[in-house]
Amino acid sequence: MSTYKWIIASAFAVVGGTCAAANVDGPHLGRVVTQADIAAWDISIAPDGTGLPAGAGTAKQGEPLYVARCAACHGIKGDGQVGQTAPPLAGGFGTLTGDKPLKTVGSYWPYATTLFDYVRRAMPAIQPESLTNDEVYALAAYVLYLNHLVGDSDVMNAKTLPKVKMPNRAKFFVVYPNKRL
Amino acid sequence: MTKRSTFLATDHIDVVAGNGLMSRRHLITRGAAVTSALGAGSLMALRSSASAGSEVLTIPEWMKVPGRDFEPYGTPSRFEKLTRNPRTPLQFLDGMITPSGLHFVITHNGVPDIDPDQHRFLIHGLVKRPLVFTLEALERYPRSSRIVFLECAGNSRALYSEQPVKGDAQSIHGLLSCAEWTGVSLALLLDEAGIDPRAKWLLAEGADAAAMSRSIPLAKALDDAFIALYQNGEPLRPANGYPMRLMVPGYHGNMNVKWLRRIELTEGPMMTKDETSHYSMLLKDGRVAQFKFPIDGKSVITRPSPGLTMNGPGFYEISGLAWSGNGKVVKVEVSADGGHSWADAALSEPVLSKALTRFRLPWHWNGGPAVLQSRATDDTGYVQPTREQLIAKRGNNAFYFNNAISSWAVAASGQVSNVYV
Ligand code: HEC
Repeated sequence: MSTYKWIIASAFAVVGGTCAAANVDGPHLGRVVTQADIAAWDISIAPDGTGLPAGAGTAKQGEPLYVARCAACHGIKGDGQVGQTAPPLAGGFGTLTGDKPLKTVGSYWPYATTLFDYVRRAMPAIQPESLTNDEVYALAAYVLYLNHLVGDSDVMNAKTLPKVKMPNRAKFFVVYPNKRL
Repeated sequence: MTKRSTFLATDHIDVVAGNGLMSRRHLITRGAAVTSALGAGSLMALRSSASAGSEVLTIPEWMKVPGRDFEPYGTPSRFEKLTRNPRTPLQFLDGMITPSGLHFVITHNGVPDIDPDQHRFLIHGLVKRPLVFTLEALERYPRSSRIVFLECAGNSRALYSEQPVKGDAQSIHGLLSCAEWTGVSLALLLDEAGIDPRAKWLLAEGADAAAMSRSIPLAKALDDAFIALYQNGEPLRPANGYPMRLMVPGYHGNMNVKWLRRIELTEGPMMTKDETSHYSMLLKDGRVAQFKFPIDGKSVITRPSPGLTMNGPGFYEISGLAWSGNGKVVKVEVSADGGHSWADAALSEPVLSKALTRFRLPWHWNGGPAVLQSRATDDTGYVQPTREQLIAKRGNNAFYFNNAISSWAVAASGQVSNVYV
């Protein structure tokens, strides 16, 4: 069964322990890049807001954008009514311990930063990567507003978005590494 | 009186558990004979009474004309109509390997059409040297192969429903596949980038239209993660991540990020949509269990199973798959009486850590009602739970990671269906 083990790879990892040897023996075929080279790819947002770009938006600014670019799939109120092809984004408060839990940004999501991260990388599903940072802030504000978590004029930006209190946050607990359920 | 001459005669069957389960020794000592006989028959039919008949053997038409040319890339016989939907048709397959064209597929915004020459893979974040790799560069690294199962965390979620659903092995359990994956150690590449000691996690991201991303503990990456370039001997299929995907053996499917384009080393998890909104378990008290990664020990009988109608009483081989994301399967027990009594199944070699393991057990069906179950134990000592035990702990809304024992009822008519016991 030795072929199923990472013999060669682990040999390299050991060699890599000493820097000089690694430079000689490892393949080292990656090209070293600068932060400027990779800026367009460096899109992940941490839950404390690290990575959030400059820009801002309010629910008022987000509403027309939402109607034009999101409502067709998520519904005009984003609340999981029939005929929608995409998951509900709002409502569902108080349903999570019942028979038919409705998991939405408001009722379930633990972090508001995820909204920026996800909408910017993946939405609208037919045209991802097409929103400006201001638009993503405005849309995040609008989805939070639909969930009564911010007011319609509250400005969402790199400072305020991570501070939005997500009601279900305290319910999350981490299983990794050892908890068995 | 030898066992050979009395193998199928009911009065000499070595019954080891209720409702006709035979000793796995019958497979071990006569494995070849039993396997080839079953392979020749359609579906499961192999009746001890099937010897009589008046078929006169003639020369078939296809022996009287030259055969056609073979295709440049082979496809299944026109008589075989296997499809994934996107689940793997487990009940029609055997062995431990899933053919690449039948490997289950879940995407979050379709299968991207990636030009391998333009694809780039970036390692950055908490590293000394951010590095970009072309496929050509990665192809020059030392490679290894490993047989690994992938299972979607949402597989078998039908078993959370209050009433048993109508379904078969494919529709209920088919988000499960296993392949030989060949590629490059992730630890080796991270080592070249130079890991900053503050790094404890990494974010892996795909080049699909969802830029699907997941946080993974760095410890796992350094343990046995790799970047697969080949699947069952050929370049990955587009639906399974062409030209490269992350493999985190034993961890649920979604974490094995397809179309891998970026790994960012971080201090903590990024809390992406697919590790908060999805792939977290909502428990009955409203708490949410997050970051459950490995698939726990599990098994399912694939034959007999719904859709494979039994063809009269007599001999059948019960066969199925067992797996654990925490190690090796060490034991699979089978019951034909709904869990009242159990017999040890034979495990087909090779039995590998974090791969599917094929199990088999001979069964003499007496033609009456039966409930077939299988129960896996892995080398951590973990025993697959009953559905009742699992739901008592989690409730019915957990959605993911249902690894409960599954039950197939065999009716006197030979029909097989999904039931709860
Ligand atoms: C073409 C249909 C479509 C459009 C238009 C669309 N979405 Fe989506 N959206 C989806 C689908 C489908 C998913 C589920 C994706 C998955 O399964 O990973 C989704 C998921 C989401 C989610 C995550 C929901 C959850 O609970 O996991 C958010 C948030 C979201 N969309 C926001 C938006 C916003 C904001 C817009 C407008 C800019 C938008 N979407 C436009 C189809 C659409």
